[in-house]
Amino acid sequence: MADELRLSREALAAPFVRKVEELSGQNLYACYQCGKCAAGCLFTEAMDALPNQVLRRVQLGDESVLAASAPWACASCLACAVRCPKGVDVARVMEALRLLSLRRGLPHLDPRATAGVPQIALVGAFRKLTP
Amino acid sequence: MSGVENRRQERKSEEAAVARGPQERNFRSRIPYFPGCAMKDQARDYERAAQAALAALGCELVELPRWNCCGTVYSLANDDLMRHVGPVRNLIRVQDMGESRVLTLCAMCYGTLRRSARFVAADPERLSRINAFMSDEHDYRGGVEVLHLLGFLRDVVGYENLASKVVRPLTGVRAAPYYGCTLVRPREVGVDDPDRSEVLERVLSALGAEVAEFPYKVECCGAYLTVGAPAIVAGRVRDIVASAAANGADLIVTSCPLCQFNLEARRPGTGPRLPVVYLGQLLAWALGADACLPPEAEALIQGTTPAAAGAQQR
Ligand code: SF4
Ligand code: SF4
Repeated sequence: MADELRLSREALAAPFVRKVEELSGQNLYACYQCGKCAAGCLFTEAMDALPNQVLRRVQLGDESVLAASAPWACASCLACAVRCPKGVDVARVMEALRLLSLRRGLPHLDPRATAGVPQIALVGAFRKLTP
Repeated sequence: MSGVENRRQERKSEEAAVARGPQERNFRSRIPYFPGCAMKDQARDYERAAQAALAALGCELVELPRWNCCGTVYSLANDDLMRHVGPVRNLIRVQDMGESRVLTLCAMCYGTLRRSARFVAADPERLSRINAFMSDEHDYRGGVEVLHLLGFLRDVVGYENLASKVVRPLTGVRAAPYYGCTLVRPREVGVDDPDRSEVLERVLSALGAEVAEFPYKVECCGAYLTVGAPAIVAGRVRDIVASAAANGADLIVTSCPLCQFNLEARRPGTGPRLPVVYLGQLLAWALGADACLPPEAEALIQGTTPAAAGAQQR
């Protein structure tokens, strides 16, 4: 996480926050940090920021969240989405962050990883990596 | 080809089937079927098993002509109209057959097709843009219902009817129902309630099995992460299998070929090694088909169920 977050009107109105809102279709400020999404997420061991922390950083306009591992560990299983008491679909926020990274050209899958896995997994994995 | 022409052709092939003999005449209902990539690739055995099981129930699967990949994972982004083209094109195939339902055997296909159908139904503007993009197709008019095998067993076949067709009841077998994620989430498209599911449990009971409840039944196996992050999936699978075993299961039943792959291929080398079977295989077995189960599962079932042992001797 960024060492220091400067909270300002500019940060909150930043194009980054608007873009995440637009791509995910979510009201990011509905989240009140109860942490239920993180409590149910099965993939937090592989995340350097919990799902609710990812959301918080987006709320604060902290663009460095794009470098977090969380969106890539997220499997879009929607456990968080069905449990959030505020109706925030965190998985959609994760998807938006993946897409923003991808659209900036950050590659994330080594094609050599594809040996021995079935087609259904390959299509899924590559779809998730298509900007 | 128009729906009417298509219907006519189907009738012709039905007549031809009647001419071929009683085996094929047995089918009482025919249902359009979307296989998806897995059923024609790693999961061929599961497709064969499910077909045999449905045949025993009097249903014939009619594969969609010229179907294409559904995309396997549903796009969660708001600006991704493009990713709905694949699923919608398949729905047009169903419409062109003059039909309004389509069956899938795969939870991922079920998720993408059903969610895309809802996505375009919710907004005529989206639909007209997708239709305009596919100028070489008939316009999709909406209204195609996407079914998964489990919903089909509940709503079309019926649990009691299913139970009455069982010839090798799974008495004594404790089966852990594993749904994974796309079959039950999001709530509005899930085949059952994500918190209080019963459809797979009821199907297993109809087959005569005991249900081994376990807390991981709707928890994700890691899905496509198996490609880029197999270690994450291995961790998930370890917990799922251990939990099923700790709750007394003899085997785990899946309804998705990707869960099936992960639960088998990413199973830890140590710890409990429960057989993992695809629902269609277990169905086919219980309904009397042979050579549908993996050997470890067949051995286990034969060793456990008195009825199965009896049926073998007959
Ligand atoms: S569950 Fe919802 S409200 Fe709670 S922290 Fe997660 S996103 Fe925020
Ligand atoms: S959708 Fe992603 S963030 Fe949400 S619970 Fe599943 S893996 Fe975790």
